[in-house]
Amino acid sequence: MWQFFHKLGSPKWFFGISTRFMPWLLAGGVILLMAGVVWGLAFAPEDYLQGNSYRIIFIHVPTAFMAQSVYIMMASAALVTLVWRMKLADVFVKAVAPVGLVLTFLALFTGAVWGKPTWGTWWIWDARLTSMLILMFLYGGVIALDRAINDEKSAARAVAVLVLVGVVNIPIIKYSVEWWNTLHQPATFKLTEKPSMPAEMWVPLLLSVLGLYLIFGWLACVRMQTEILSREQRTRWVREFVMKGRV
Amino acid sequence: MHPIRKKRLTIVLFLLAGLSIAVALTTYALRQNINLFYDPTQISAGEAPMDVRIRAGGMVEAGTVVRDPDSLKVVFHVTDYNASVPVEYVGILPDLFAEGQGIVAMGRLNNEGRFVADQVLAKHDENYMPPEVADALEKASKNEGSSMPASAQPASY
Repeated sequence: MWQFFHKLGSPKWFFGISTRFMPWLLAGGVILLMAGVVWGLAFAPEDYLQGNSYRIIFIHVPTAFMAQSVYIMMASAALVTLVWRMKLADVFVKAVAPVGLVLTFLALFTGAVWGKPTWGTWWIWDARLTSMLILMFLYGGVIALDRAINDEKSAARAVAVLVLVGVVNIPIIKYSVEWWNTLHQPATFKLTEKPSMPAEMWVPLLLSVLGLYLIFGWLACVRMQTEILSREQRTRWVREFVMKGRV
Repeated sequence: MHPIRKKRLTIVLFLLAGLSIAVALTTYALRQNINLFYDPTQISAGEAPMDVRIRAGGMVEAGTVVRDPDSLKVVFHVTDYNASVPVEYVGILPDLFAEGQGIVAMGRLNNEGRFVADQVLAKHDENYMPPEVADALEKASKNEGSSMPASAQPASY
């Protein structure tokens, strides 16, 4: 186990292994996401109350779910950076922060588009929407802080501390709809109960969440590889790799 | 684990625990400000301030919606199945507004205990179902003698 952990710390090893996984991640992700979204948008039954406008859930929920998942992954990597000083963990944080930012923006945007016809407003300062906006600012802060510090090692530590501080926001987002009165409805999916929607609605939703997870995995690999190449550009393996023209 | 790493891990975990406690205490102290709306029980208990712009939320009580035939004025009661507050609103209601549906209204509480709203937003719950299922559920509940559809149970607002 520890040997695997140390191997994972080697950028060169990661570069090789991720190249093998990436086509599968991309293919699986595209297939699942397409299946989920097409099924959800075109074939799932409409809702008794909201009619067809609820269908944006098939985009809103996957992006919102991933936005928080990515942050939790980033926070785990930040812990590894602070305690074990593993280079690859820091590469991961830097590679996925912009992806998380875009996902959070999409979640907020699709939420606003959904809110207008159902609630009657684009935006309201309730606990769920506000904590999600804070998540977007946290992603932005992580990117900005990283760009602001030139030295790679101090940037890595400062960013890791910021990411870990921000992880407090995640349970707030999750439980905001239970702890406080909000306009946003409570969660449809709970770990302990069966979902409060029929299978012909939650199955396509689950497919698109899984698909987005795989696509995120692929995107994270692509961005990490780019970051590794630029950091290790002076090493021999990168030079050999580039000379072979296999980029 | 290497002692230095163990030490670092302890420090990080302590910082996180301290931070969580600080945030938990802050949000607990500010809970009344974080709550989006007052519910009818709080309003009838006098917890909501008079003549200040606040939000009130709850379910539209069945059979209380009265529309003025000459204007856009609507009067209805919001309830949390415990207390009920009359709401007065002039304007266009959202599409989802219906008896038994959740709403959040923004406005002022006047001294007669009536809530004069200038904005009404619809709130929906976390349950989704095809129209046929909703119809079947409603029929079933009518046969049992209750007129409330399954979607409008108190727990879901």
